[in-house]
This record gives sequence, structure tokens and C-alpha cells, in this order.
Amino acid sequence: MKTQLILKNTKMRDLYRTSLLIFKKDIRSELRTRYVINSLVMFVLIIISIIKFSLGEEIVDDEILTGLLWIAIFFSASNGLSRTFVKEEDKETSAALKLSADPSAIIIGKMIFNLFLSYAINILIITLFVLITDYHVKNISGFILIIFIGNLGLVSASTIIAAIISKANNKGTLYPVLSFPILLPLIVTAVNATKLASIGVSTEKLMGELQILISYSIVVITASLMLFKYIWED
Amino acid sequence: MSNIEIVCQNISKSFSGKNVFVNLSFKISSGKSLSITGKNGSGKSTLIKIIANLLNPTKGDIKIYNNGLNIPKENWYLSTGLISPYINLYDELTGFENLDFFYKLKSQKSFIESEIIDHLLNEVNLYDRKNEYLKNYSSGMKQRLKLAFALINNPPILLMDEPGSNLDNEGIELIKKVSRLQMQRGILLIATNDEKDKELCENSINIEEYKNA
Repeated sequence: MKTQLILKNTKMRDLYRTSLLIFKKDIRSELRTRYVINSLVMFVLIIISIIKFSLGEEIVDDEILTGLLWIAIFFSASNGLSRTFVKEEDKETSAALKLSADPSAIIIGKMIFNLFLSYAINILIITLFVLITDYHVKNISGFILIIFIGNLGLVSASTIIAAIISKANNKGTLYPVLSFPILLPLIVTAVNATKLASIGVSTEKLMGELQILISYSIVVITASLMLFKYIWED
Repeated sequence: MSNIEIVCQNISKSFSGKNVFVNLSFKISSGKSLSITGKNGSGKSTLIKIIANLLNPTKGDIKIYNNGLNIPKENWYLSTGLISPYINLYDELTGFENLDFFYKLKSQKSFIESEIIDHLLNEVNLYDRKNEYLKNYSSGMKQRLKLAFALINNPPILLMDEPGSNLDNEGIELIKKVSRLQMQRGILLIATNDEKDKELCENSINIEEYKNA
């Protein structure tokens, strides 16, 4: 019993260590190649500019602005998060990774990288969005919590979808087709919760939505860990 | 030296219903070497990929034993090293960083053992270029680095798929040296059509004989 526990702990430690190694490698690669960052920043600037030009000087309701904010977040995720796996397949480096690490560590490492990327890009989106629109959030802590947990769900689902599409020939069109039905419950809940936070509903009253977002993330992460090794095999 | 054994039992592989090979069986243990021959497209690389756990066989069973104990498939990567044309390392990392990354993954150690990586780089004559990005390497240098990648962690099973491609005479001599060392350490499997590569192995199977067995 004790030996089993020690083995389990060692395995968990190895998983954590290997995932971090993959995350660090991805960060280093990204900083050198700017494979994702450049296009993602450009995409955010374009989408924010379009929102600005279409709104003009008009005063828009915060509920509509919340929807627009999530459109920017969702499409940025679609544009950037799929690339981590696609890059490994395109550059034919996935075989070397497969030969060197446990599949669970690979998916966790890629998720951490995507999460890091997603939070960084969301800070940019929200800052620009607040600057160009008259968006007011009355419950800021609730809003931050929703963005934080909503992104966790978005990233976990996007990462596993990215792993699936990286094996396909038609990667560009497959991502929105697969991601839309999977992400719909998350987006609907996140938009609704963000609207409530923006009009000042207290964090306690947002617990229902937050629980849905947390449950969604747990389910998707668990399913990803269980399914990834089958997806990762050719 | 641990006794490692690969047992392939009636393995078949087909793509889109078309058989590549059928009912292929063989057994190989530590200290032995095997060349897999056959013309282009006959399935040599496919068999190597199956043994490396990059592909699954359509039918049949393949097992790897260490001192008689079955190694779970998910842990095969810890016992195998593969050099092949379809493996690429990271162009945006230097030669040293590539080996350092894969060494840490495979050895399950988080601290840097620079001397081990330097030794590997020295072995493949890339020590002087270790801090250059891989994108600046020639195809021959990349092939040498792939050899160092395959040798990380001293794998008891070394799989080589067309190992001599893009290598000069010095590189080919290196392959010979590594092959001889591997025979002392474990199992050597080479997929090749090159007569010189075939000579490195004691036994040979012609995969074309299993086309429609």
C-alpha cells in the first residue's frame, strides 16, 4: 500500500516536471519564432479596430459590449490556441516529442502554455476594449473570476481540439466546426455571467454560473487526459 | 546488462484496407541485431514506427520484455532510441538546447548534466557548433544530431531507419561505431537497403516476403 503510494507520488512528480519542461520549451520556441504571438496580437488589434469603427461615438449598452468582448476573446482563442499542436505536426517535431515523453505530460504542458498565452492576450484585449469603448464593470472581482475560469475552460477545450485537428489535412476549417458545439455551453454561460458582473450582481449570486464554468473545465481536462493518448497515436 | 527482448507475433499493418505486410513474426534479444530490408514502400519504416510505438499494428501483438518482465507500451519510449528521416528536432533551439530538452524528458531529471550532453555532442562531432541554432545546421549535421538524440539515455533498443542518409564518410563510420557499441548494450534494428548497413547486422528479414503471406 505504502509502496503504491510512493510510486503514485513519483509518477505525479514526473508528470508535473515533464509538463513544465514542455511548457518552458514552448515558451522559448515562441519567443524566438513568434509563431503565434505576432499573428495573435495583429488579430486582436484588427478585431478591436473593427469594434471601434463600427461603434463610432455611439453609447452602447454594457450587455452588448459584453457580447462583443467575448467575440474578441473567442476568435482570438480560435486563431491562436490551435497552433501549438499544428506547429509540431507541420514542422514534423511531434515524433521526437512522442518518443521522449508521456502523452499526459504533453497535453498538460501544451495546456499550460495555451493558458499562459490566453491570459496574456486577454489582458491586451480587455485593456484595449475598455479604452475604446465605454465598458463599465461594476463587480470587478466577479468579472476577473469569470474571465479567469472561463479562459481555463476555453483553453482546455481548445487544446484538445487542436490536438485532433493537427492530424487532419484541412486544419483551418476543421477548428471552428469542431470547437463551436463543444465551446457553446461555456461561451453562453461565460457571456451571461460577465453580463451579470458588469451590471453589479454580487459574486455570491454568480456562484451558479461559476460552478458551471468550473465543472465544464474539470470535465474537459479529465476527458482530455483520458483521450489524448489515443488522439496522439497515429 | 539487463536482458531486453522484442517479441513480434503475427503483426500485420494495412493503410486504408491495403496490406503493407501480413503475419510478420520475429523475436530478438539483447546482443543481437537485425536488418529489415525491402524495396521502397515495402513497409520497413512502418515496422520501425510500430516498434517505436509511433504506430499501432492493424493486427497482431508486439511486446518488449526487460529481464522477462513486460514493459507497458506507454513506457516503451524510455527503452528505445530512434534515428530516422521523419524525425525532426527543433530548428529554433540550438543543438545543445535540443539535446538538453530531450535528455531531461527522457532521463526524468530536472537538473542539467551538461557534461553528458557535451559528451554526446562530442561523439557526433558537433561540440564546436553546439550553440548554433539547428536551422543553421546542414542536413548532415542534423542527421548527426538526430543520432545523438537517439542515443540519449543509452537506450537498450536502438532503431535506425536509413541511418546513412545525408552522412559523409566520417558520419557513416560513426554509425558503424555506434552500431557496434549498441550490440554490447542491447538490441539494434536497422531498416535499410544499403549493403554496408546490412553488413552491420547479424540477421536480416526481407519484409517483402510478408506482403501476402
